[in-house]
Amino acid sequence: MDLIWDGLGEAIRIIRSGDFSVWEIAVRSIFVSGTATAISLFLGILIGSLIAFNQFPGRNLAFSLVNTGMGLPPVVVGLIVAIMLWRSGPLGEFRLIYTPTAMVIAQTVIAAPIVTGFTAAALRNLHPKLRSQLYGLGASRLQMLWLVLWEAKLPLLAAVMAGFGGAISEIGASQMVGGNLAGDTRVMTTAIMLEVSRGEFAPAIALSVILLVLIFVVNLILTTVQQQERRS
Amino acid sequence: MTQAKLSLRDVRVRRGRSELVNVPQLDVLEGEVLVIIGPNGAGKSVLLETLALLQEPTAGRVLFEERPVDGRQLTLRRRMAVVFQEAMLLRRSLVENVGMGMRLRGVPRSLRRERARHWMERFGIAHLAQRSALTLSGGEAQRANLARAFAVEPEVLMLDEPFSALDQPTRDDLLEDLSAALRETGVTTIFVTHDRTEALRLGDRVAVLMGGVIRQMGTAAEVFAAPVDGRWRPSWGWRTSWAGGCARWPTGWRRWTWVACRWSRWLRA
Repeated sequence: MDLIWDGLGEAIRIIRSGDFSVWEIAVRSIFVSGTATAISLFLGILIGSLIAFNQFPGRNLAFSLVNTGMGLPPVVVGLIVAIMLWRSGPLGEFRLIYTPTAMVIAQTVIAAPIVTGFTAAALRNLHPKLRSQLYGLGASRLQMLWLVLWEAKLPLLAAVMAGFGGAISEIGASQMVGGNLAGDTRVMTTAIMLEVSRGEFAPAIALSVILLVLIFVVNLILTTVQQQERRS
Repeated sequence: MTQAKLSLRDVRVRRGRSELVNVPQLDVLEGEVLVIIGPNGAGKSVLLETLALLQEPTAGRVLFEERPVDGRQLTLRRRMAVVFQEAMLLRRSLVENVGMGMRLRGVPRSLRRERARHWMERFGIAHLAQRSALTLSGGEAQRANLARAFAVEPEVLMLDEPFSALDQPTRDDLLEDLSAALRETGVTTIFVTHDRTEALRLGDRVAVLMGGVIRQMGTAAEVFAAPVDGRWRPSWGWRTSWAGGCARWPTGWRRWTWVACRWSRWLRA
């Protein structure tokens, strides 16, 4: 029990002292996961709209693939991305392995199917004739897409929350493609794992608290926006 | 001779193996109200969506002002407006919804507000302007739907069973308001329905669509006096001739046609 209290005390001390190395890791985590979420949102809306709006052979297969992707094990993603980016791999010449960019790519592969799945489900839940109605009102394709996404913005905010949650909380892929290099590719999850492997529970608890607070704050902001929209 | 605003030539619409619409020729004349009447599953909505350029025909051509429609659908679509059975208003205020068609066309904000207010007043919903569209009743939402379509000042207005989800009193009120708006604007209109009263009240001409094929075409009086299919013959024979006789009266007597039809419906009930 003392271990936990010590850990919490240490967490408060680190947070209050403004330890640079801890805040640097926190900022890097937000940057890497935030970038991955933003790219996932773009890809997810694009692919989700295509699947939701178009009838084509293999549409059910596409839905199944997206749904499978929503449960992709991060370690498997890490392995695939590591093979692709490895020096001798197909994309090795770009020298991205063990860089934050590689971590962004891996987290995007994890978050994009989540956002795609949420987007497709949200768009399928809209009135089936809404697109015809908007075209009937004189909307261009782009105007139609914008209005439809605006109508589905509440579930899309849920997609952002789920995508960001999936990206910032994964560890296997970041460890594999980032390498947990201090001052370069170390993020919250990989730092916590390192501290635990060293037997240093107090800093691990401190980092966990910061990670939880971070996820809570992001979700609080998005939920507040969502609730305000719902009320209006 | 009145010019055809919209025409179909040898149009077929297929979905899978079934043929939904097969119309060798259809002309919608400038300024007329053409009612397309038919039972459920007759292909009315598919035909309307083809005319509205929302659906490409499998074969045949759509002509706008006697010129074949090519790749400029957006420009042409913006000369029309479509009203569906359900209002499908957006998650915005009523006034924003009514102004949406104009906004999509790039109409300046001040003009948008002015026209939206005019049509909201015409359809009796101006007092709800700032209300969220999602809180409106079915009748209010359908009034908003009509106001939204009229506000873009379309050259062709298409209505797909706009009253079928409404209760009878609301339907009667809206039918009266719509009839007045159509008279005032003189807009070319295609009105899809399965209701004879609506067809008699609004239609200059009536096309009976069954199984995707136009089985009969003529004035409302002609069609209902000698319907090609028994299901369009009212249960009392005298009502057919009465309604038909009323519909033959000059345009100014349309109101009495309507009264007569409602009266006969009340008697039947």
